[in-house]
Amino acid sequence: MKDSLKYNLRVIFVLTFISLICGFILSFVFNSAKAKIKENQKKDIYRAIYQIVDDCKNVEEKSINEETIYWLFNDKGELIGYAYLSQGQGYQGKIKILFAIDKSMERLLGIEIIENVETPGLGSRINEESFKSQFKNLKTNVPVECVKFFPQKKNQIQAITSATISSRAVVGILNKGIQNLKSLIEENDR
Amino acid sequence: MIGRIFKEGLWTNHPIFRQLLGMCPTLAVTTTVLNGISMGLAVIFVLFFSSLVVSLLRKVVPHQVRIAVYTIIIATFVTIVDIFLKANFPQISKALGPYVPLIIVNCIILGRCEAFASKNRLSLALLDALVMGGGFFWGLVTLASVREILGQGTILGYKILPPSFNPLIVMVLPPGAFLVLGTLVAIMNRLERIK
Repeated sequence: MKDSLKYNLRVIFVLTFISLICGFILSFVFNSAKAKIKENQKKDIYRAIYQIVDDCKNVEEKSINEETIYWLFNDKGELIGYAYLSQGQGYQGKIKILFAIDKSMERLLGIEIIENVETPGLGSRINEESFKSQFKNLKTNVPVECVKFFPQKKNQIQAITSATISSRAVVGILNKGIQNLKSLIEENDR
Repeated sequence: MIGRIFKEGLWTNHPIFRQLLGMCPTLAVTTTVLNGISMGLAVIFVLFFSSLVVSLLRKVVPHQVRIAVYTIIIATFVTIVDIFLKANFPQISKALGPYVPLIIVNCIILGRCEAFASKNRLSLALLDALVMGGGFFWGLVTLASVREILGQGTILGYKILPPSFNPLIVMVLPPGAFLVLGTLVAIMNRLERIK
């Protein structure tokens, strides 16, 4: 009886001790890498913004309701538009899209895919220029639509062959993002 | 003993083609050679340090909770790898996605900790970890090479097949992984029988 008590105490002690040490090491590693990880994510977003908007020279971050909006300025310091990160479910996992919209919020300046885990060779082609460039100058007063053949209206894009779900997901996430951005900007102006 | 470790880890008891362990990363991340190499290195790192700690603690850890202890140790090193990749190699971290954290449940690591590191002295445990990791590494790279060459006509991103070659999309999809793995296992079995 005494032996088993001793044994149990040893079990508890070893487990607690090892967990404590591991937790300690991990919090140390995480703290030392936290800044770098954040910086990487920020770098991705800024790279995407400058890629979408050629004449953007300066970006200012502003959070409204704890959501970050990027205000884009040209070389004369005039506001030319806004950028916003929107995310949602794709075919296999989360897709993160950064899009930029002009100052009047009627015209899309373009999109960049920040993160996706779509099927390589099929869904991940949402990251190709031929797909992304379709979003340049789309009208945003009506939701963007995704069609399978020959887009005819000003708010339509053509889906990638055999990756309709991923294409639709991008459009859905984008539309949701545009709505969010519009209401956030309105709130800010009020 | 040392000779046996090498022979088993790299060939007769190969983690992928013989023990069929660690199938999840094997099938999922071998779409490109670079992914295969990164995953292989990550597993070698985790295996090495987990074996180190497990071997050192082999007389301290009570028998009943050994698996729990191994899992905590493995999870710690995997998380370190995950954080390291996110901080220093964001591109690779993105490409491997959830498969880095999933190394925690990779049976090769728990298997080696339980079957070898917990029963042998430190030097042998470390050697076994490196050799088994090496076996896993060459398995991943072979599988990834076949899939990248046939699926995209490239190797490490460089075009090696003529443009007239039409990439077999099935090779980058999950079925391609199963087909190539099955073929490689069959070849290994055949070679074994010839001997």
